[in-house]
Amino acid sequence: MDLLWSGLLQAIRLLLAGDPEVLEITGLSLMVSGGATLVALLVGVPAGTGLALTRFPGRNLLITLVNTGMGLPPVVVGLFVTLLLWRSGPLGALRLLFTPGAMVLAQLLIAAPVVAGLTLAGIQGLHPQLRLQLLALGASPLQAVWVLLREARLALLAAVMAGFGAVISEVGAVMMVGGNIRGQTRVLTTATVLEARMGHFELAIALGVILLALSFGVNLILTALQQRR
Amino acid sequence: MEPVLVELAGIAVRYDGRTVLDIPHLSVAQQEVLAVVGPNGAGKSTLLQVLSFVRVPDAGRMLYAGMPVGPHDRLPLRRRTATVFQGPLLCRGSVARNVALGLSFRGVPEPERHRRVMRWLDRLGIGHLARRPARELSGGEAQRVALARAFVLEPELLLLDEPFAALDPPTRDTLLMDLRAILTQAGTTTVFVTHDRGEALMLGDRMAVLMGGRVEQCDRPQQVFMAPATEQVATFMGVETILEGTVVGCGEGISVLEVKGIRLAAAGEHPSGTRVLACLRPEDVTLSREEGGPVPSSAGNRVRGQVVQLLPSGLQYRVVVECGVSLSALVTRASHQELGLRVGMQVLATFKASALHLISRPR
Repeated sequence: MDLLWSGLLQAIRLLLAGDPEVLEITGLSLMVSGGATLVALLVGVPAGTGLALTRFPGRNLLITLVNTGMGLPPVVVGLFVTLLLWRSGPLGALRLLFTPGAMVLAQLLIAAPVVAGLTLAGIQGLHPQLRLQLLALGASPLQAVWVLLREARLALLAAVMAGFGAVISEVGAVMMVGGNIRGQTRVLTTATVLEARMGHFELAIALGVILLALSFGVNLILTALQQRR
Repeated sequence: MEPVLVELAGIAVRYDGRTVLDIPHLSVAQQEVLAVVGPNGAGKSTLLQVLSFVRVPDAGRMLYAGMPVGPHDRLPLRRRTATVFQGPLLCRGSVARNVALGLSFRGVPEPERHRRVMRWLDRLGIGHLARRPARELSGGEAQRVALARAFVLEPELLLLDEPFAALDPPTRDTLLMDLRAILTQAGTTTVFVTHDRGEALMLGDRMAVLMGGRVEQCDRPQQVFMAPATEQVATFMGVETILEGTVVGCGEGISVLEVKGIRLAAAGEHPSGTRVLACLRPEDVTLSREEGGPVPSSAGNRVRGQVVQLLPSGLQYRVVVECGVSLSALVTRASHQELGLRVGMQVLATFKASALHLISRPR
């Protein structure tokens, strides 16, 4: 209990003191996970919407894949992306391995199915005739989709929260593809693991608290947006 | 006759290999209110989706204002029509924002949008609701918003898909009256889908009876009501007694037919030997005590029988009389008491020859 308490105090101290390394780690965590969530939205929302509004052979299989993807183990994604970006791998020429770019890519693979799956569920949860009604009121197909997305706002923001939550909290993928290099690819989760392993429990707890606070802050904003009338 | 606004020719819609709509020809004239009636699953909503250009038929062609409808015409045509579906299907946001939806799709600038929205909200008696969240309205209010959202577009063709189906009777009646007043005043060409015969009779200039995806009859509502073209239409229009018989003689505008040994007179001359279905509406049958019935007339039918069923039906009683054939009659509560009707009692059923509508049956 003492350890927890002193960890909490150290977290506050580190934040108040503006420890440059902690700030850098926190900033990188936000950038990597935020960036991955943003790209996951750009990919996942159209994919989920498309799956919800169209009918084609193999659609059910694709939905099953998306749903499976919502629970992808981060280490498996990390391994896959590592192999992909390995110097002799198919994307080795990009020289992305052990860079924040690789971490964004890995987290994108984790977040995109979550966003797509929840968007799909959100759109399918709307009244089935709403799209026809919008078209019949003179909407172009794009205008209709825009209104449908607006109507599915609750689900879409839940998708953002779930996507961001999945990536900000994962450690397996970023560890594998980023390498936890100090000053380059170290993020809150990998730093926490490292510090705990080295017996620096107070610092590990402090990093954990910062991670929780960050997650809480982001979700606070998103929830405010979601629950706005 | 006004020129035709929209015309369907050889239209077929299939779903899972099953034909759900098969319309060889159907047209709607300008300023006409066409009521489309039919039982559940008859294809009414599918027809409306075709007419509102949101569903592309699998076969056939459509003409709008005399011009063939091509794939690229659908969006511009959707912007000349407006549809109100069964549920109000309102979106988030205020009532005013919902009503403005179609106008914003059309890029109508804000000042004009606001002016038109307020005009139609007032016209439908819901101006005071403009700022209310649309999702917090009662069923009747929400349906008025849905109507305002369509009327605000000032469409050339208005399509209504059972807009009052989910409303309680008093709300529905008030809304129907308002709708009729607006349609009469605005002269908007309208296709009104309903499974309620009363709504169709009240609003329609013409009535199309849709069954199993086909138009069984399309005529003036009174004509469909009084002279249904097929047995199915007759049943749907509320004819409860349908008797199989054969014409045995005719003259002076009257056909005499024989139904299970009973001779009945029907208006209209049909050649002897014609096999017919005789349709009789329950409200056209009068019941009296056997001993003191009304004076028979040459054009009247009098049949003696026994009451076998007596059921309250709203403010009336539904009586089934067995007289070799089963006749269904509706009597008022007062008549029921006056006659002292009870099951097993002998009564005299009378009905005019003109009440009996004959449908020829193929041999």
